[in-house]
Amino acid sequence: MAIKFDIKNADLFYGDFQALKNINLEIRDKEITAFIGPSGCGKSTLLKSLNRMNDLIEGCKITGSFKLDGVDIYKDIEITELRKRVGMVFQKPNLFPMSIYDNIAYGPRTHGIKKKAQLDEIVETSLRQASIWDECKDRLKKSALGTSGGQQQRLCIARALAVKPEIILMDEPTSALDPISTIKIEELCQQIKNDYTIVIVTHNMQQATRISDKTAFFLHGEIVEFDTTEKIFSAPSEQRTLDYITGRFG
Amino acid sequence: MIITDIENKGTAGAAAAIKPKKFNLHRLGESVMGVVFFLSACVSIIAVVLICAFMFVRGCPTIAEIGVADFLLGTEWRPLNSTPSFGIFPMIIGSIYVTAGAIIVGVPIGLLTAVFMAKFCPRKLYKWLMPPINLLAGIPSIVYGFFGMIVIVPIIRNVFGGDGRGNSILTASILLGIMILPTIVGMSQSAMKAVPESYYEGALALGATHERAVCTVIIPAARSGILASVILAIGRAIGETMAIIMIAGNQPRLPDSILDGVRTLTANIVLEMSYATGLHYDALIATGVVLFVFILLINLLFNAITSKKER
Repeated sequence: MAIKFDIKNADLFYGDFQALKNINLEIRDKEITAFIGPSGCGKSTLLKSLNRMNDLIEGCKITGSFKLDGVDIYKDIEITELRKRVGMVFQKPNLFPMSIYDNIAYGPRTHGIKKKAQLDEIVETSLRQASIWDECKDRLKKSALGTSGGQQQRLCIARALAVKPEIILMDEPTSALDPISTIKIEELCQQIKNDYTIVIVTHNMQQATRISDKTAFFLHGEIVEFDTTEKIFSAPSEQRTLDYITGRFG
Repeated sequence: MIITDIENKGTAGAAAAIKPKKFNLHRLGESVMGVVFFLSACVSIIAVVLICAFMFVRGCPTIAEIGVADFLLGTEWRPLNSTPSFGIFPMIIGSIYVTAGAIIVGVPIGLLTAVFMAKFCPRKLYKWLMPPINLLAGIPSIVYGFFGMIVIVPIIRNVFGGDGRGNSILTASILLGIMILPTIVGMSQSAMKAVPESYYEGALALGATHERAVCTVIIPAARSGILASVILAIGRAIGETMAIIMIAGNQPRLPDSILDGVRTLTANIVLEMSYATGLHYDALIATGVVLFVFILLINLLFNAITSKKER
């Protein structure tokens, strides 16, 4: 399958601290790629540099090339356009304090869609895609913050889908959720992977094996190993990967 | 006493039933401190209750004597005539006009400043800009009054003329508008800063620009804090006295235009208290009651809005 993101020789510094060292990675279209590794290893940092959320951090400096469909995202794409194409779901659900409808419609409205009929359609489609339509179709006008944590995270996914992105970045999306909500999110990822490229950061190795096609193992700001999930978890070629997935450290 | 009673009841059920309570210096110290805290809390509550009682006990009979309608809606304030009349309607209107004017002048400037301070101001500049704004709150109102008299009054006189000859509703509105700025800027900007960063990040991740994220997510999320700041500012404006006396003209009559002079409720009390006697004196206290009711209503509104935020 086609390469979606092509990252070459990427280094990232927070001030004097080097958070990412010489990252080379190809993320393919319509695949789920998981980033695993101990805390502070740089996996979230790399994820955030894919939609340039790192720009918000003072003193963050990035070198190397990040190409999306062959175009450099730090030089040749408008940042809002990039974020429209590369959606993101955060660790903690961060729905806005407004109605469910307005939350989902926020992205489309941001990108200039004003017609009510069109917005209605986008809201319904996105909620259906995130398999949460039946749970909230009767309370679209109610505050989104009145839903449960698991529902909120699925609404966040729906909100990201409403912009019609090509890629969805997920930063430990289930770490704040209970097991049942976690399963729902994982099933959801499986359902939407035919239409979207997904990059997911996770601390849960079972989760990586359950849902991802490829896995990258990070340690101290480097990618130690990147291969199919099956290979990483059954026959990793690096000793450090083996140590990590068998729980010997981290 | 009350505190220790509650404590005894609390322990009586569980622990004390099993173990007989021993005298303990540490425990005694705690109950003494409990009483001290309770008494301290009582001081301000007693003050409020006493002020309320004093105002209403002194004021309400006077209002009844003058007649509620004659007092509140009467347009003639002639306390020294041989047949005196005590209508404070012009002063009620005066206070409302001046306060509304201050809101019209102060709220837009204050809110825009707050948005800038909270979300657009570079950190280095913020360190230099915020202290002067806070300092505005600490300037004594008599100094504001001087400023108004020496700077604003001549400008208004030269530009508009008018019956008030510069001492007018417009002048008072501008000055009060400046005086309420620190309340609005300070509270609104901290309300906006208190909005979780995750909302902002969420909006950006959907492709919103900084400006759009601020206007469509952060400001609405800080809505109740912003509204609370405006209400507090109204309270401050309606209660302001010194500065107003110096620049508002103080004529106890219904104004025809914003260039006319006007007398507020507060000004009415201060100007005449020193020589008032008898019913005149009581009528001034009754004026205070009306002002007090205004402030109470504003406070109730403020509480309603802020408690809604907490829910």
